[in-house]
Amino acid sequence: MHELSIAESVIDAVTARTGTANVKTLRLEIGQLSGVVSGALRFCFELAAEDTPLAGAMLEISEPVGEAHCRTCDRDFGVSDLVLLCSCGSADVAVTSGQELRILSAEVC
Amino acid sequence: MCLTCGCSDQENVRVIDPSATSVDPHDHLHEHDHPHSHDHPHKHDHPHEHGPAGAGIGAGLEPGTVITLEEKILAKNDSLARRNRDWLASRGIHAVNLMSSPGAGKTTLLERTVRELGSELAVSVVEGDQETTLDADRITATGAPVIQVNTGSGCHLDAEMLDNALRKLEPAPDSLVFVENVGNLVCPALFDLGESAKIVIMSVTEGADKPLKYSTMFHTASLVLLNKIDLLPYVDFDLDQFADAVHRVSHHARVLQVSATTGDGLSDWYDWLRQLRARETAPAQ
Repeated sequence: MHELSIAESVIDAVTARTGTANVKTLRLEIGQLSGVVSGALRFCFELAAEDTPLAGAMLEISEPVGEAHCRTCDRDFGVSDLVLLCSCGSADVAVTSGQELRILSAEVC
Repeated sequence: MCLTCGCSDQENVRVIDPSATSVDPHDHLHEHDHPHSHDHPHKHDHPHEHGPAGAGIGAGLEPGTVITLEEKILAKNDSLARRNRDWLASRGIHAVNLMSSPGAGKTTLLERTVRELGSELAVSVVEGDQETTLDADRITATGAPVIQVNTGSGCHLDAEMLDNALRKLEPAPDSLVFVENVGNLVCPALFDLGESAKIVIMSVTEGADKPLKYSTMFHTASLVLLNKIDLLPYVDFDLDQFADAVHRVSHHARVLQVSATTGDGLSDWYDWLRQLRARETAPAQ
């Protein structure tokens, strides 16, 4: 359950920019292959944000789907997990999307 | 504090030198007896607007203002990890991050590795566990320097913890540092420590399907050590299925079969470590 560390990292990074201003909405990007579960992050965020200017902030989380590129046959395809096997049989596959863990923006109130 | 799993922040983390005569149980991470300089890689270009005199960051922000951050959530950890990596590289030190589930044999492997490689090169160890110095005590018995990090209820090591452990450990130049992460096949995968290589250790008693079930962890590994192969005659473990599963989640990872108890396969592991050191200490072209 690393989502608490993730939530704390989010709060530290945002308050470094927004300081004491209360935050109403926070936009995050959590890729579907990132290893972070959005539901667990929401739960941990609520706890970690208590007594901070981010308490009660609404989390808007976009979850980019997994995409990969096969270095053998040069094909791009969607992946739902990190079991990366191209239909050509190659496992020499690079993840091109879905591993994002980013803070996009914060709206103060 | 996470009510689901008890995971907590750095408040309860303790960095313990088991060779010290007394241990301060509140030896928190934020003490700064740094043997190395502070070249903080983070930026200090806070883009806040200044409100009335004395007001802090954010005091002048109008309601509804949208602050664009566009930054990685783990930027702070990643930047500390880069600092660790630079600090280690500047001293010719290689650190390897050993990750596994609890009971896969990390400490037994380390005890034997330290004993058998210790005469060839300087090695030291950072032990990560939620509680106790039991593992550090086992390493101390081998004669190698060791620092124990107790994460409290934390489920992984992060770059700051390794930073603090290295300050106490003060590893010798051109040495090898083994970092034994908290036993956990999930959380440690996300946190770069600044290591030269991530190694996953799995034992044959855990089942050949684990690379598929814990793909994030195995995806990060450059080496997978399959431990306890002396038990293969007694367990239902399909080596081919395991090799295929590792290949599916980490195309580049090597797999070595070892037994830390009998010593089978360990010469391959030692060769891998020698190659790692040779490769990274080679002068830049």
